[in-house]
Amino acid sequence: MGARNRRRSWPVLGQLTGADRLGRGAAVESARTASLSPRTATADRVVQSVCPYCAVGCGQRVYVKNEKVVQIEGDPDSPISRGRLCPKGSASEQLVNNPNRVTSVRYRRPYATDWEDLPLDRAVDMISDRLLDTRARTWQEADKDGNKLRRTMGIASLGGATLDNEENYLIKKLFTAAGVVQVENQARI
Amino acid sequence: MAECHPVGFQWVMEAKARGARVIHIDPRFTRTSAVADMHVPLRAGSDIVLLGALINHIISTQKYFREYVVSYTNAATLVNEDFKDVDDVGVFSGFDAQSGTYDTSTWQYLGVEETAAAGNRSAAGKHPTGQELGGRGSKLEHGRVQRDETLQDPRCVFQILRRHYARYTAELVEQVCGVGPEGFAKICDAITANSGRERTTAWVYSVGWTQHSVGVQYIRGACIIQLLLGNIGRPGGGIMALRGHASIQGSTDIPTLFNLLPGYLPMPKAGEHEDLSSYFESIYSPDQKGFWTSAEAYTVSLLKAWFGDMATAHNDYGFHWLPRVNGDHSTYSTLMDMLDGTVEGYFLLGQNPAVGSSNGKAQRLGMAQLKWLVVRDLNMIESATFWKDGPEIATGELRTEDIGTEVFFLPAAAHTEKKGTFTNTQRMLQWRHKAVDPPGDARSELHFFHQLGVELRRKLAGSPLERDAGLRNLTWDYPLETDGEPDGEAVLQEINGRHRSGAKAGQMLSSFVDMKADGSTDGGCWIYTGVYADGVNQAARRRPGQEQSWVAPEWGWAWPLNRRMLYNRASADPDGKPWSERKRYVWWDEAQQRWTGEDVPDFPVDKPPSFRPAPGTGGPGGLAGDDPFIMQADGKGWLYAPSGLLDGPLPTHYEPAESPVRNPLYRQQSNPTRESFPRQENLTNPSPPEPGSEVFPFVVTTYRLTEHHTAGGMSRFLPYLSELQPEFFCEVSPELARERNLVNGGWATIVSARTAVEARVLVTERLAPLRIDGRVIHQVGLPYHWGVGGSAVVSGDSANDLLGIALDPNVHIQESKAATCDIRPGRRPTGPALLRFVEEHRRRAGITVTTGNIRMTPPEGSL
Repeated sequence: MGARNRRRSWPVLGQLTGADRLGRGAAVESARTASLSPRTATADRVVQSVCPYCAVGCGQRVYVKNEKVVQIEGDPDSPISRGRLCPKGSASEQLVNNPNRVTSVRYRRPYATDWEDLPLDRAVDMISDRLLDTRARTWQEADKDGNKLRRTMGIASLGGATLDNEENYLIKKLFTAAGVVQVENQARI
Repeated sequence: MAECHPVGFQWVMEAKARGARVIHIDPRFTRTSAVADMHVPLRAGSDIVLLGALINHIISTQKYFREYVVSYTNAATLVNEDFKDVDDVGVFSGFDAQSGTYDTSTWQYLGVEETAAAGNRSAAGKHPTGQELGGRGSKLEHGRVQRDETLQDPRCVFQILRRHYARYTAELVEQVCGVGPEGFAKICDAITANSGRERTTAWVYSVGWTQHSVGVQYIRGACIIQLLLGNIGRPGGGIMALRGHASIQGSTDIPTLFNLLPGYLPMPKAGEHEDLSSYFESIYSPDQKGFWTSAEAYTVSLLKAWFGDMATAHNDYGFHWLPRVNGDHSTYSTLMDMLDGTVEGYFLLGQNPAVGSSNGKAQRLGMAQLKWLVVRDLNMIESATFWKDGPEIATGELRTEDIGTEVFFLPAAAHTEKKGTFTNTQRMLQWRHKAVDPPGDARSELHFFHQLGVELRRKLAGSPLERDAGLRNLTWDYPLETDGEPDGEAVLQEINGRHRSGAKAGQMLSSFVDMKADGSTDGGCWIYTGVYADGVNQAARRRPGQEQSWVAPEWGWAWPLNRRMLYNRASADPDGKPWSERKRYVWWDEAQQRWTGEDVPDFPVDKPPSFRPAPGTGGPGGLAGDDPFIMQADGKGWLYAPSGLLDGPLPTHYEPAESPVRNPLYRQQSNPTRESFPRQENLTNPSPPEPGSEVFPFVVTTYRLTEHHTAGGMSRFLPYLSELQPEFFCEVSPELARERNLVNGGWATIVSARTAVEARVLVTERLAPLRIDGRVIHQVGLPYHWGVGGSAVVSGDSANDLLGIALDPNVHIQESKAATCDIRPGRRPTGPALLRFVEEHRRRAGITVTTGNIRMTPPEGSL
């Protein structure tokens, strides 16, 4: 940096001699700030998405670097949101990269006082066993007048409003075929 | 709206900048009120009186949009002479006090007899199934109605409406709602001055209207106003439901709901729907008007999508493999079964009932009765940990070592870690692309349920049992990505549907009109058909908004058929011309002999406005050129509902199940058809005329904050959002604070028959006391995001623990927006002392299991 530039980098001098007379911009920018670039500029790719909180459906741009989400911003192309996000949508990067997020299966035995580990495949296997066992024992073929029921009232499900349409479709399809009718979600609440 | 849907609210502000007047009607002053032209505080639970008085004003001052009303609504239609409006007791004709249900035959149109009232009745001792009319009107035997277009016949809907609402006056509004005559007059002036040919008014609501024991009738009240003023199907009009979860609309359309199949087809009912023909017979009549008469094609296409080649005409397309419902099997009925120990297994999929559902204690006690529980979530929510750190452990009601529930916690994938569609609050599907892989064991629901299905089918592959036929014959061969994730686009294609035979075999359907009832097409949700039109994922379209018309039809895809506004035929006059140039939207192009405009016309595109069908024609062909409501059985908007509702053909005021105020209209205090669950785990505070209501003298209402999301599963675990709103608080007025010695920033204990919770006190004028029927009524406001547990960044008592369970009979939604409470300074007792403290309140109020649960209010003096 030459002597002239060094003088210009003094905030007060820059403010008095440059275009930034109020000292809110370039005049007061430090060398460190000048050397920074936003995470959005260095991302490997940008993926278009939708905010997962309320049902307005604001457009999001998800910035990915080294296969990690590094930033989520509003999508200015969206005719719904025009690039805006609310506090929740703006925090959604932390929803994804939350250090509090649990990323392994946890299992609590009946009457146990704490969690233990369980491999994912084993968990799915055990859950399918539980479902079939309960279903067999609680199966209702017909009511007392002989009307067809073909169901179990021993199994219920709650959730879906935060999930994708494709996911709700598989949930409803599988449970209905299995005779599980107590399938519900937040839309009722 | 500014609080909970802030980014959507930018359009309200745009409208305001262009001259629109914004009125905010809410018990609480919020960020919306701060920028509205006017805030009207009212008592939570009193809205039908306000809406009814607006209807009365519109009719009595003749401010209704007469041409619209006569042509497009059922105002002129004559009703059965045996129909009797609500009487001094407070019920309409046909009520059976024993079962608390209506025989709706007297409500019918004159000459249109009722043959079946599906869902209205139920087996003895059971709550009725309710209704499932999400995408259409109720069935009519035929569309040949009798009309008096002078609107003078005393039997016509318009006159019934006029008589019914005559008693809903400005004085009643002041007495019941606490809204003075000036405020009421301003609302009247605003909505009538801004309706008609040149102008429109929009109503926006959310769960502040739905979560009541008469919730459906609140919305009906707004429908009546909007139809009278000609504000449905027109730009700037409508009734906008603001939904609170990213795909809560989608999870209703493709329902994870007990009473529905995809596309608002009802779940089959025991005894009524033994086979496919009886199913069709009860859900529509071939003689009624409109597109619902094609329900057969939609149903058979669904069965073909689910059972593929195994579904044939010979086996009723596998209809007999579907389970039957026979009553209310909604989440709160299931909870009662859990408490009774008859539910063994429970899946929680991104939902946290221990905090987010009414009567949190009952929810947790219910889960402690389960044999097994599967929780799939991003975070370790309170519903997954109640067995070790729930409030009942602290009180001694539950002991970890005694809880036999086996709990599986499976981590879920976030929205950036999977691809798929959300359906937003405007029925718009938007495709999300996948950004990254989920971490560790986290998987999408698509992955989990596909895998679960594979496991179940593998284990049942050799089963000779008939009950396993549905699972064995299910189409479940989705193409997998390299990580084992089923291809979401393949699922969306199945939802859209295909031609299965003929020249187009294998091609995607472009419209539900192409669906057939002969098994030659399939499609998992008929209203979503077209999302894959031309073999293209239309939901993934992202043409920038600035490069499109203001309707922006090439961003995402809206059901049905990419229509952005429903019933838009009504944006033109009966002759097909725009009502005004300012409000032109869809119109009849005489030269091209087609409907055209800014949007996809919601009408048969080549049917001229002058078209009149031969009398008796059913189906789409039966729609006249001026029948804009193509999913209604008579083509008209329903001011009066001759069928489809379980609690009355017109909204009429009942007090909430818990209220400090006596119903001034008739003897009946609260909705006589409401669903209640009298039991020790669900005690009810007394309301007048029952004694003891003075122990719980305040109205309590719940709501959300901008910085949190429902039960906190996606917000209280985030440091950013937790820092913005760290602590549970209650909002009280300075007057109430003085009366009860509450100090701003200090603690308060709020008490109901269920439990007591503690909250920080916010003394604020945002919750103004109201003068109701000559006395001051205070309201306590509670955000409901917090819960007790050890895993979230912030925790606290849960507002939902205070609330009891009383439901709207039509849709089984809980009354969580209006209840009663007591409030005291200081923190609540802890441990077993909390139980004694609540018990003392119950004793003072004389509460037993029957308190508040007597269906019919007895005559004065008999209590």
